[in-house]
Amino acid sequence: MLSLWPFVSQMNPDASTIAAGAPIEVDLAPIASGQDIKVFWRGKPIYIMNRTKKQVDEARSVPVASLPDPATDQSRVKEGHDNWLVVIGICTHLGCIPIAYEGNYDGFFCPCHGSQYDSSGRIRQGPAPANLAVPPYQFVSDSKIQIG
Amino acid sequence: MSGPSDYQPTHPVLKWIERRLPILGFAHSSFVAYPTPRNLNYWWTFGAILSFMLGLQILTGVILAMHYTPEATMAFRSVESIVRDVNYGWLLRNMHASGASMFFLAVYIHMFRGLYYGSYKEPREVLWILGVIIYLLMMATGFMGYVLPWGQMSFWGATVITNLFSAIPYFGESIVTLLWGGYSVGNPTLNRFFSLHYLLPFVIAGVVALHVWALHVAGQNNPAGVEVKTEKDTVPFTPYATIKDMFGVSCFLIFFAWFIFYMPNYLGDADNYIPANPGVTPQHIVPEWYYLPFYAMLRSIPNKLAGVVVMFSSILLLAFLPWLDTAKTRSSKYRPLAKQFFWIFVVVCVLLGYLGAQPPEGIYVIAGRILTFCYFAYFLIMLPLLSRIETPRPVPNSIADDVLAKTGSKTTPMVSTVIALALAGSLLAGSVQNARAEDQTPVSQKWSFAGPFGKYDRGALQRGLKVYKEVCSACHSLNYIAFRNLADPGGPGYSDAQAAALAAEYKVKDGPNDQGEMFDRPGRPADYFPPPFPNEQAARAANGGAAPPDLSLIAKARSYERGFPWFIFDFFTQFQEQGPNYIVAILTGFEDKPPAGVTIPDGSYYNKIFPGHAIKMPPPLSDGQVTFDDGSPATVPQYAHDVATFLMWAAEPKMEARKQMGLEVFVFLILFAGLMYFTKKKVWADAH
Repeated sequence: MLSLWPFVSQMNPDASTIAAGAPIEVDLAPIASGQDIKVFWRGKPIYIMNRTKKQVDEARSVPVASLPDPATDQSRVKEGHDNWLVVIGICTHLGCIPIAYEGNYDGFFCPCHGSQYDSSGRIRQGPAPANLAVPPYQFVSDSKIQIG
Repeated sequence: MSGPSDYQPTHPVLKWIERRLPILGFAHSSFVAYPTPRNLNYWWTFGAILSFMLGLQILTGVILAMHYTPEATMAFRSVESIVRDVNYGWLLRNMHASGASMFFLAVYIHMFRGLYYGSYKEPREVLWILGVIIYLLMMATGFMGYVLPWGQMSFWGATVITNLFSAIPYFGESIVTLLWGGYSVGNPTLNRFFSLHYLLPFVIAGVVALHVWALHVAGQNNPAGVEVKTEKDTVPFTPYATIKDMFGVSCFLIFFAWFIFYMPNYLGDADNYIPANPGVTPQHIVPEWYYLPFYAMLRSIPNKLAGVVVMFSSILLLAFLPWLDTAKTRSSKYRPLAKQFFWIFVVVCVLLGYLGAQPPEGIYVIAGRILTFCYFAYFLIMLPLLSRIETPRPVPNSIADDVLAKTGSKTTPMVSTVIALALAGSLLAGSVQNARAEDQTPVSQKWSFAGPFGKYDRGALQRGLKVYKEVCSACHSLNYIAFRNLADPGGPGYSDAQAAALAAEYKVKDGPNDQGEMFDRPGRPADYFPPPFPNEQAARAANGGAAPPDLSLIAKARSYERGFPWFIFDFFTQFQEQGPNYIVAILTGFEDKPPAGVTIPDGSYYNKIFPGHAIKMPPPLSDGQVTFDDGSPATVPQYAHDVATFLMWAAEPKMEARKQMGLEVFVFLILFAGLMYFTKKKVWADAH
């Protein structure tokens, strides 16, 4: 059985792919309030959204228990940087890329099968089973994050 | 495969071989002497058609692989160079791409035939299950093959389908990473899909050999569904079945050739002429037509894991068919109820296919759920129930009796007519629902290149080139067109010298020279039209965030919904000019003032045809902007028409050769099929 492992394991990401997936730094200064940028990390689009106060309030006023995948907005952002939402822009249904600032929840709308995410990237409507994933990241300074 | 043969070669060399490897006797007993029921109808020729298609797909596939590059940055371009530069490459690619669709069409008919005549029942269970395995392998092969051109639909189809595995609890994510060989669909994925796409057809061929073996052990089923009893029930495979299969295959080839030579893009998706872009998802991700019923089932289930389970079990269910339908009577000809439910099931499958292509919203989701239920109910409720409650009509005593009593009941055509009408009605109702969105559909223009004898208008091509050079080329590249192409037969009709002179007007970057520096030199015929921007980011930055798309393939990469029933008429009228119609509509669709209630963001322009109406391209054409030497009017509609003609040629430079060869092939195939028909009649004259 064990001798089969090399034949399976070779399919996993190779050393260069893993190395290319090292952490990246992103400067947040150019992103105005109410805007977002999309950066690629490990071949995945990462949305970095500078949320308006309205968006933050909307995300925090909804009762958490009523959500399909309950999570507080606070648990999805870094404390002290509450306006910044950093999520992997891949629909948790079948991997399409949702469009920012579309849909009914001031968040994201997936054009493939109609899933809608709110301004915290949480699933609100449609076939997707889970919230948009939050990638590992931290603030290196007030205007710079490191993803990975 | 049917026991020891009585084949005795006479030639000494053949005798020598036969004593050591009895391959001739094997072939003789399998394909010459093999007894085949004498009452087989033309639905039985699809076995031969499928064998032929498998052989053809392998042949064209092996050749295409000699020219194709399985690398993410080069795959799309290598497919284009097959079509544009390889001798007869367009033919081989069209054969392979439409061939996949034809293969699936034939396999669906073959499966429905098995379903109708009960070909899965004792003693043919293993034969049937091997068939289901072949079908699964075909689906995997077809899916991976569709990824190889590395267009938008390839990329996003691959993303959606591989993500199905992420629904598996606990291991889902790691399995998907394993399939990708990376953190998303990318070059490693393309590479392994190419490897497997090359491998699987040979696995299919192996299982087909088992399938045929099992067939020759159990014997063929037949429309009466009674077993062969005496020699009077059968005819030898050759010449009877051979000639009938040849006639069936040649008729199928006529149908196939219609796609190869006249409708090569009818079954494809326009989005797949846009190179793969991991940052943009197409509006509607739609699989190839042959997966649509299963895609509809996947989407109609609101839970991800359940949807995936339903989709896979809808196929796996087929393997259990011999034990779900336990009725003693095989053929639905003698099962009045089963026959009707069979046709309802066919309609359910077709409707599911239709829904699979529709956006997943409103009425379509509900209809999808009902039809998914019907699909499963047919296998899990109706078939077991029918085998208990149905009283079948008496079956003939023997196959010979069935042949003699061939008066033919007229009920089947009636039932199918009613069902076909119902189907047409419901599809029409569906399209009426869509009609509200269709007021922005481009108007169909008159094109010299439309229809089976269409040719490009040389004057329009030359004028269109002038419009491109003087207007469009400021922002839009034409990456796949070389200056030499302007002198190609079936093109704008310039001489080699004229093409070279035109090339020399351009500066082309070359190098490095001996000092290691890049330098500019005048263009040569082998050079491609230089792009206006060095890279996509520069193009994006210079155009307010929207990169002007490359125009080489734009006439095939843009389309619009024709809706039911137009898409059926289009097949017969060979309508495939959506792209040029769309280009003209965009170029003439600008309006200075958006209609009341529509606001257009700053830096965008209102265009009544463009999806969303806000286009970043300013109105590019104005009357008198380009002067023509041949006295054609210098008006925007004339410019739009000419440039659309030019871009159609840029997207489909071999169209004239294709249609010309199509005519020759059709004349040949029709004569050949006629010959086969009369030979078949002669051979069968004493058997009926």
